[in-house]
Amino acid sequence: MARVYVKEQVCIGCRLCEVYCQLSHSGHKELVKAFRGPNIPVPRLRVEVDKHVSFSVRCQNCEDAPCVHACITGALSRNSESGQVICEEERCVGCWTCTLVCPYGAIRQNQAEKRMAKCDLCPEEEIPACVANCPNEALIFAADEEQVVPEP
Amino acid sequence: MEKVKYLVIGNSAAAIGALEAIREVDKEGSILILSDEPYHVYSRPLISEHLAYHRPLEKMLYRDTGYYQRNNINKRLGVSVTGIDPVAKTATLDGEGTLKWEKLLLATGGAPILPPLKGMEKEGVFTFTRLDDAKSIDDYLDSNTVTSAVVVGGGLIGVSVTEALVKREVPVTVVEMKDRLLNTILDGDSSAVVESTLRRAGVSLETGRTVVSINKDRAAPGKAGSITLDDGRRLFCQLVILAIGVKPRIELVEGAGIEVDRGICVDRHMQTSVKDIYAAGDAAQAYDCIYCQNRVVPIWPNAYSGGRVAGLNMAGVKSQYDNATVMNSLKYFGLAMTSIGIVAPAEEGYEVICWHDSHFYRKIVLKDGQVVGMVFTGDVEYSGVIFSLMKDKVDVSPFKEKLVSPDFNLACLPEDIRREKLSRISL
Ligand SMILES: Cc1cc2nc3c(=O)[nH]c(=O)nc-3n(C[C@H](O)[C@H](O)[C@H](O)COP(=O)(O)OP(=O)(O)OC[C@H]3O[C@@H](n4cnc5c(N)ncnc54)[C@H](O)[C@@H]3O)c2cc1C
Repeated sequence: MARVYVKEQVCIGCRLCEVYCQLSHSGHKELVKAFRGPNIPVPRLRVEVDKHVSFSVRCQNCEDAPCVHACITGALSRNSESGQVICEEERCVGCWTCTLVCPYGAIRQNQAEKRMAKCDLCPEEEIPACVANCPNEALIFAADEEQVVPEP
Repeated sequence: MEKVKYLVIGNSAAAIGALEAIREVDKEGSILILSDEPYHVYSRPLISEHLAYHRPLEKMLYRDTGYYQRNNINKRLGVSVTGIDPVAKTATLDGEGTLKWEKLLLATGGAPILPPLKGMEKEGVFTFTRLDDAKSIDDYLDSNTVTSAVVVGGGLIGVSVTEALVKREVPVTVVEMKDRLLNTILDGDSSAVVESTLRRAGVSLETGRTVVSINKDRAAPGKAGSITLDDGRRLFCQLVILAIGVKPRIELVEGAGIEVDRGICVDRHMQTSVKDIYAAGDAAQAYDCIYCQNRVVPIWPNAYSGGRVAGLNMAGVKSQYDNATVMNSLKYFGLAMTSIGIVAPAEEGYEVICWHDSHFYRKIVLKDGQVVGMVFTGDVEYSGVIFSLMKDKVDVSPFKEKLVSPDFNLACLPEDIRREKLSRISL
């Protein structure tokens, strides 16, 4: 299972991960275009900040994912190949039942389209945009979680 | 006699939860699913979107049309089960004989509670729990001049149908016996927010009132033309929706020697008092981890997860249902609101912490330092984080004020809790 890891001690809370997530899901290549116009995408992750502590959080594709079990329309499911939790956005009605059960608060709200927005690990990119653009290497991408051994 | 390994009665959230769990463990064992509704499995809450916007059935399906076949599940839809015999392990189908099962799941859901009202049999009087109800109301709106409607009951279903009717441009009055709407899932303050949202949408509210009769239309005596309230007032309406609640469908177990209280009693494995017979969903009375007792909690996510636990146990994998409580996410007329657990404690011994501004508010209810309930309105994105603290029975006393702050986020949690929570992704 692919995963994004966070290094809290080197995150500076600059929120570029949010910005590049938005760019990556905007259909544009340039920041100025992505952030102009009515349909600015919602970041699919979030930087959590309190005083000197900061880190970014996104969907962790939990085992036995509670959001998949709770989804009332069937929009959420697990992709058996990638192991990722995926949202068929056109089936989502924005009821936020998933939000009731996500222990990370990782489900964002696309208010314009009344749908949830969650991390999809940027399927078009080799490395998710948040990781590729983190200026301080506070985010690490592992295509297979076995590759990463947390430091003691 | 026809034989199946697993018989599942009901074709909705609890049933699908069970089927998916069974198939994770047992790929071969024969499964038969039965329901008296003729449709492929659909999302029941979406019947209000069907009424509001004619959302087609294809866009209401909870699983795709190839689902049963792909999972090697036999189905018979539009067929009622008329009786079960727990000793002989059989079930009798309406007009289709008797079959034998090894493991049985009762995922029969709930049925609308009907108040004993004079005039209930009139045309133009409906309940609202099934797709067919939404279709019938839709047909009635199309073939009659409906200038106003009365919804009896201001609970989840009543408010859902009210919103759908408003979207169809039908003026609605909601009559609620208690002094506030959604009184079983919200506290007083959040009910007031919903009430003002509904009023702004043009809905009239009659709280603390009941309907005593449904009266005929002078021009068409077989049809409803008005209702009379308990204070004697008469409200003209051509459409009446009865939505005072649902009750577990227990008719199959009555007299079958299976323990029943308000719903079908189940243990932590979702097994009834009779071995090999399980129940889940709106029909069951299952454990609530916040109230610490068995309760009927008629909500979709709990139906699925209860069904899942039942399915695992039916297929031989021990599993417990011990993480669920009542929870609701509402978004009537665009207003987001979440509530979980005990939101309006009736007894002493609870502590309530609130934050509010002129529009929104956040509230948590504590007992012995642990969160046992919450209500968020407006920004609800962190509701699940609070729920996880509830389920983990974390002592939040040192940081309880932060939980209701509008700036609350995961970084506000004490380091040990935060580390534990993020242990899988922290380097
Ligand atoms: C308008 C509306 C809005 C709702 N909104 C929400 C919401 O926003 N969030 C939420 O969490 N929940 C919501 N709910 C509640 C949710 O739909 C239920 O909790 C859920 O459907 C329960 O699933 P279940 O599997 O227990 O049973 P059900 O969905 O009730 O299905 C049971 C099935 O079994 C069939 N059956 C019963 N007895 C027999 C028999 N003897 N023979 C054959 N078939 C039988 C029934 O006909 C039915 O098809 C809403 C409900 C309604 C009506």
